[in-house]
Amino acid sequence: MTAKNQNALDSLKKYAATPIFTYIALAIAFALLIAVPFMGLDSYVMNILVKVSIYVTMALGLNILVGFTGLVSLGQAGFVAVGAYTTTILTTMYGWNYFLALPVCILFSVLVGILIGLPSLRLTGTYLSIITLGFGEIVRTIIIVWEPMTRGPLGIRGIPKPSLFGVQFTMANAGLYFLSIVLMLLVTLFTHLLIRSKTGRAFRAIKGDEMAAMMMGINVTYYKVLAFVLAAVISALAGSLYSTQLGYIDQNTFTFDMSTMILSIVILGGMGTIRGMFIGSAILVILPEVSRSLMDYRFVIYGLILILMMRFRPQGLLGWKSRRPYPISPKALALKEEAASKEGWSTHA
Amino acid sequence: MHDSLLQLDGVSLSFGGIKAASNISLHVDKGEIISLIGPNGAGKTTVFNILTGIYKPDEGAITFKGERIEGLSPQAIVNKGIARTFQNIRLFRDMRVIENVLVGMHCKTRYNFLESTLRTPAFTQEEDKNVAEALLLLEILGLDHRKDAYAGDLPYGDQRKTEIARAIATGAELILLDEPAAGMNPNETEELLQCIRQIRDMGYTILLIEHDMRVVMNISDRIYVLDDGKMIAEGLPAEVAHNPQVVEAYLGGELDVKN
Repeated sequence: MTAKNQNALDSLKKYAATPIFTYIALAIAFALLIAVPFMGLDSYVMNILVKVSIYVTMALGLNILVGFTGLVSLGQAGFVAVGAYTTTILTTMYGWNYFLALPVCILFSVLVGILIGLPSLRLTGTYLSIITLGFGEIVRTIIIVWEPMTRGPLGIRGIPKPSLFGVQFTMANAGLYFLSIVLMLLVTLFTHLLIRSKTGRAFRAIKGDEMAAMMMGINVTYYKVLAFVLAAVISALAGSLYSTQLGYIDQNTFTFDMSTMILSIVILGGMGTIRGMFIGSAILVILPEVSRSLMDYRFVIYGLILILMMRFRPQGLLGWKSRRPYPISPKALALKEEAASKEGWSTHA
Repeated sequence: MHDSLLQLDGVSLSFGGIKAASNISLHVDKGEIISLIGPNGAGKTTVFNILTGIYKPDEGAITFKGERIEGLSPQAIVNKGIARTFQNIRLFRDMRVIENVLVGMHCKTRYNFLESTLRTPAFTQEEDKNVAEALLLLEILGLDHRKDAYAGDLPYGDQRKTEIARAIATGAELILLDEPAAGMNPNETEELLQCIRQIRDMGYTILLIEHDMRVVMNISDRIYVLDDGKMIAEGLPAEVAHNPQVVEAYLGGELDVKN
């Protein structure tokens, strides 16, 4: 490569590292998201796209646990099921509006999140994963035996599409698509802001070194349970939307396969990154669809990809550490200059 | 009786039959640099672990700023104003230097997680203040050019300094340094000692553990010597260096296996 080319490449890299580039890329992506339903794609493709965005949401939830706090959960489908069944039971049996059922869904998943988060205080690593694995199976068992509520193995049919002020959000009018996109973007924004705060730093500190985090005055108990609660709520919201897309749910909708799928998205995309959840979900949801002609062999390919990933790029496809300078607001900089110009130093205000 | 910042009275702790610390008493006054020295396995880190709430002492009293703190949780003790570094550096390796310092400020940051996701004015104000403080602290310790680096990528000396910065950031008045010079060459050690003096001049009180007596001779106001879980000497550096018991503890059968 000539020096000139190298220079051009360097300046391109420099340009790509500026915030303006990010804003332009985000604007294009956003415009694309809005334009998709008007492209005349058939309902099969639209269904896959909705599924991708719902899985992005689920992965963002699990990412708070696995990616940021370092707690590996193998029972994420359990949280998804809690959300799906709470809203479905309220909308089908009690005739609630979908959007009114959501607060109840959130409340219920908070409780379940606390319940599962509490054992995490005493267990770490593999043992915690086994607890969460058990949780996922317990939820399935409850679905089967609690027939009066869940209709057991018969499942719940005819789940209505969400509606607001007489407008139905269906696949046909792309309402469901937009609903899933809005949820995905809200959760993305939430995670983005959360991670750049004291809470996010506490999560990452716990993942980095639990003992050191404790010695910095971080209430490790509180933050571990909080991570579980957030993962539970986000997954439950995704689950409630997923149930309306499917229109039918039973205990086999929320199997261990779903939990591994969500975990695989997080790992493939890049643990502890937000961007990774999008690429991970896109690949893992779309791949089985496009490789349908390979029949059951596609799962071999699927497994092979994950093994190769683990071998050659364990940090995930987009799992690099940001090389951009830490964002410092002009206000903070001014405050620092002001403090530096004064005599002495004191942190004990 | 005079008022010390930190006072230990007859603190003991045993693990099964092993007396890790027996009847330890010491006091640290405000603005002092105090060293706790002793051969390997003397129980120096055990004293730190008791002080920071990792272990609960079997007997004895620990008084900090006039309050009894023995048996409190580590989080409570940080909030009272005691922070530490670790013998084997325990930074958050996947976080940037400035983020490590901001984690140190965790316990005095007041907003909750909903405020942070809504970016309320209270959040922005507090975050700006913390970032400003972190930047200033890094500048004072000569780490400002490293602020965006990931802690795990730093050279050894800078990792030590980052750990000290993180401890200071908690707002603690008493900083406990666990063998800060371990694994450093003489030049780095000299630079570190300079840094410790600077921190004292900023108004902090320092209690440091050291294995190698020579390192702390010039810097310490007073030295405590620990051997086999017992305090065998205390006093000015010159006194301690000539104390026969200390010489015995160090020369009599000491094998320097420091790695």
